[in-house]
Amino acid sequence: MLMKKDTTSVEYDVIVIGGGATGAGTARDCAMRGLKTLLVERLDFTAGATGRNHGLLHSGARYAHTDPESAAECVRENMILRRIARHCVEETGGLFVTLPEDSLDYQDAFVKDCFNAGIQAEVLDPKEAVEMEPAVNPDIIGAVKVPDGSVDPFRLTPANVLDARLHGADIITYHEVVGFEREGDRITGVRLRSQADKKEISVYGRVTVNACGIWGHHVAELAGVKVGMYPAKGALLIFGHRVNNMVINRCRKPADADILVPGDTICVIGTTSTRIPFDKIDRMEVTPDEVDLLLQEGIKLSPRLASTRILRADAGVRPRVAADNDPTGRSISRGVVCLDHAERDGVEGFITITGGKLITYRLMAEMATDMVCRKLGVDRQCETAEKPLPGSEPDRKDEKRRQHIIELSTEQKAAEGRHGSWTGRIESKSDADDALVCECEQVSVAEANYAMDELHVHNLINMRRRTRLGMGTCQGALCACRGAGLLERHDGCAKRSLEDLAAFMDERWHGMYPVCWGETLCEVQFSSWLYQGVMGLDHSAGTLPIQ
Amino acid sequence: MKFDTVIIGGGLSGLVSGIESAKSGRKTAVISAGQSALHFWSGSFEFLCNENNEQVVENPVGRASLLPDGHPYRKIGVERTASLLRKTAPLLAEAGINVSGTLERNHYRITPLGFMKPAWLTLDDYFSFERPEDLKGKKAVIVNIKGYIDFYPSFLKAGLNGLGMECRSVDVNIPQLDILRRSTTEMRATNISRFLKNDAVDALAKEINRTVAGADMVIMPAILGIFSDEPVKRLRHGVDCPVYFIATTPASVPGVRCQLALKDLFMRSGGYFLPGDMVTRGDFSNHRLVKVYTANFGDIPVEADNYVMSTGSFFGHGLIADLHRIYEPVFGLDVEAGESRTDWYDKNFYNAQPYMSYGVLTDSKFRPSIKGETIENLYATGALLSGFNALKEGSGAGITLATVFHAAEESARQ
Repeated sequence: MLMKKDTTSVEYDVIVIGGGATGAGTARDCAMRGLKTLLVERLDFTAGATGRNHGLLHSGARYAHTDPESAAECVRENMILRRIARHCVEETGGLFVTLPEDSLDYQDAFVKDCFNAGIQAEVLDPKEAVEMEPAVNPDIIGAVKVPDGSVDPFRLTPANVLDARLHGADIITYHEVVGFEREGDRITGVRLRSQADKKEISVYGRVTVNACGIWGHHVAELAGVKVGMYPAKGALLIFGHRVNNMVINRCRKPADADILVPGDTICVIGTTSTRIPFDKIDRMEVTPDEVDLLLQEGIKLSPRLASTRILRADAGVRPRVAADNDPTGRSISRGVVCLDHAERDGVEGFITITGGKLITYRLMAEMATDMVCRKLGVDRQCETAEKPLPGSEPDRKDEKRRQHIIELSTEQKAAEGRHGSWTGRIESKSDADDALVCECEQVSVAEANYAMDELHVHNLINMRRRTRLGMGTCQGALCACRGAGLLERHDGCAKRSLEDLAAFMDERWHGMYPVCWGETLCEVQFSSWLYQGVMGLDHSAGTLPIQ
Repeated sequence: MKFDTVIIGGGLSGLVSGIESAKSGRKTAVISAGQSALHFWSGSFEFLCNENNEQVVENPVGRASLLPDGHPYRKIGVERTASLLRKTAPLLAEAGINVSGTLERNHYRITPLGFMKPAWLTLDDYFSFERPEDLKGKKAVIVNIKGYIDFYPSFLKAGLNGLGMECRSVDVNIPQLDILRRSTTEMRATNISRFLKNDAVDALAKEINRTVAGADMVIMPAILGIFSDEPVKRLRHGVDCPVYFIATTPASVPGVRCQLALKDLFMRSGGYFLPGDMVTRGDFSNHRLVKVYTANFGDIPVEADNYVMSTGSFFGHGLIADLHRIYEPVFGLDVEAGESRTDWYDKNFYNAQPYMSYGVLTDSKFRPSIKGETIENLYATGALLSGFNALKEGSGAGITLATVFHAAEESARQ
C-alpha cells in the first residue's frame, strides 16, 4: 500500500505517524506550510479512535462547567469546522435535557457556565423542545438549546489526507512503525514494516511527529521516551435509523451514555469510560453490561430507541495522559498534550501530540506543526483555520449548484454528502457505472471506482470507511460481495479479494454479536446462509489482518 | 373455515407439506407470510455435506448414522429418512423442477465465488460434476451480462481454472436490457429474468454464440426463467454449446421459480393457498390445537384436525430473540435455546453459531410441546426444529424434506 514513488530515498522535513484525524490534520498543516511531508499509518485512516466515537461537533457546552478553557476551545473549533469542513459537518443543533430523575439546579448552573464560556445557550420550554425534536423523551422537565452538531470523521480524515497530498505530501498506509533510525540522540527516520509482506523499509525525516493516539504510547517507547498514557475505552451503540435530528445531551454532570448524536442515516448513543489494559486496544469488545447500560440510559433520552434496531456496538480508546507525567510542565491542560522530546527527554527530532478530542484535531495539528516549524526554523503561518478542505470549497456557482441539487437523484445526493464539491470528480462513464453497489447507503459503481482510484482504498474496510458501503441495515449482506467483485476488477487478484471479503464479513460480525438479537440476529443468520452456505466462504479464506 | 390440515408457513417446508397432505385427499390450507429461504437458493439441496468441518462425499447416508441421537435423521431413522427423501426428485419433477443426485454419493456444485461444495440434488441446468478430475482440460466461456454486478466471473475463473479448466470470461449485451441499465437498481437477477423471454432470449443466444468458438460449454448466471423454464430451454436450444448456470446473489431466479412451481402443484392438488397472512394465536383444548387465528381473518378462526408448523428459524420469524430470551412467537412452544444472550453466539463469524441449532423441542414424532405438554395434533418441520446446525452440516433441505414427509405420514396415520 505504498505509493508508487520511492519514499525511502527522500529526506523528508517531517514524518507524521498516525492516520487518524490528528495525524492527517498535522500532515495537511505541515504540507501547507511548505514542508516536505510523509504521512504513515499502520492500518487504514480512521482505524483507531477517530472512527470510533460519537462524531459530535461539540458546542463546548458539555465542558462549560467542568473545564471552561476546553469549552471555549470547542466553540472556536466548532465555528472553524463549519467553515473549512462544510461537507463533513451537519449543523443539527443540540439539546441539553433534564430528565424527571435529575435536578433542574444543574440546568441553572449549566446555562450560566455556557454564558461565561461564550456558548449560545437558550432555555426552552420542555414542550417547545419536544416539538423541535420529537424523538426526545416527552417527560423532560428542562431543555436548553446549544449549537451542537455532528461531524463525520470518515469524511473529515480523508479530506485532510487529500489536501496534504495536494500540497505535495506522500502517504503510506498499512505500514507499522517497528523502530527508529538514529544519529546519536537524534531521531533521523522511521523503520516501517509492511502488513502485506512483512518487509521492512526505512524512511528518513528531520522531525518525526507521533500522532498515534493511544498507540503513541508504544511508538514513544520505541523512540526511547516514556509518555504516561493510559487507555480509556468508550463503548457506543449504533442504531439503524436516525431517530433524532438534533443532538440530545443529558443535562447533568458528564456520565455514561448521556449523548445521542444523529449522523448520516444512523444515530449513536454513548459512551462509557473504562480503563483497559494495553493488550486490549487492538481488538476491543463491547461487553453485555455496556450494551445494557447504553440501552437503558439511551431509552431515557429517547424512548424510541427501545423499538429501534441496533445495528452494531463499537468502542474507541481515548488516549488519556497522566497529568503528573510531564516533568517539563509544557503539557497544555484541557486534555491536549504536545511534547517536545528534545526538551523533555533529550531526544532530538521527535514530537508527541496526543489527548484532545475529534473536534480539536485541527488545533492539535496546528500546535504540533508550530513545534515542527520552530525546530526546522521555518516561519510560515498556519492557514488551516481559513482554507477549506477539499470538498468544502466555497462554490462560485453556489446558486446554480443549489438548483442543481434539487434535480439530483438520491444516490447523487448521498455521494454529494460524502464528497462535497469534489463529487464532480466521480466519473460515470456509462449507465453501468451508475448501478448501485450498496443500496442501503446508495453507493454507485462510479463512486466505488473513484474511492479506489483516489482515496487509498485497497480493501473492503477501506471502501466502507470512504463510501459507507456495508454500513447500512444489511451490514454487507448484499453489497460486500459486489464490492469484492469491484476490488478484484481494480486489483486483479481473486485470491486476495476473497480473503478480504471473508475478513470483512467477520469484521461486520464483530460489531454485531454484542447486540445479536431481534432483527440483527435475523440479518446475520441470513448473511451466514448466504456467504457460508450459498457462496461457500469459510475460515480458510479469512486470513488478512483486521481493521 | 374448516380444513383437515392447516400448514403454517409457505416456504419449501410448508409447500411440500401442503402437497403431501392435499395429495392424500385431505382438505389443506397453507398460510404463508410470503418469505421463503428458496429466495436465496443455491440451486442445490443438501442432505449431509460436512462432518467435523470435512466435506462428505462418499456415502452420506452411511455417515448420517453417526450423527448424534437427537438429530432429526436419527429420530426418524436413517434408513427411513433415506426412503422418505427418495420422494423428493419425483415430487419436484411433477412440479416442473428437474434435479439430479443421489443420497449414496454427493456430487459438487460451484458457488458464485468459485468454491467447490458437495450437494445431494442440483438443478439439471446448473453447473455440477461428480469428480474434480472430470473438469480437467474442459474449456468454458464464462458469460456475464454487461453491467450486472451480482455475478463474479473472475472468482469463478480463478476457482475453475484451479480445478484444471481453461476458462475465459466475456460480457455480452442485448439492447432489450438497456432499459434496466438506465435505472441504478434494476440490474438484478429477478428483473433481468422478466425481460429475458422470446426474442430477447434469441438475441442473447446470438450474442453468446459470437463468443463460444472453441469452448466446450458456456457458464452464466442463473438469470433466466422466473415464471417457467421455457426461456432456459430456449436459450440452451439457441446456443451452440451446452449452457450451465451458477447461482447469483439474491433473489434467486430458479428459487423463485421453484417456489411458484411448488405453490402451483399444491393448488393443482386441491390445496388452498392463503398468501400474505400469518397465524397470530391459537386455541388449545385437551393437548390439542383446536383453532388458529390469522392477521387477515381477525376473529374468524381457521380450524383443522392437524396442523403443521413450518415457520422457519429466526430469519423466517419462526423464532424470535429479544434482549433476554428466545421464544416461538405464535403459540409459545417450548424451545431449546441458550439461557443468556452471551450463550447464543460464537465470536468468530465462521465458527458454528449456537443460535443456529436452536428451535422448538419435539417428541419422537416431531410434535412440539407447551410447558412440557405435547400438542398431539401439531407437527413441526424444517428450520424451526432444534438440535442440528444445518449450515455447518450442509443438511438444510434434507432435514426440511425428511421431517415434512415424516410428519405427513404420521398425521395421515392419526
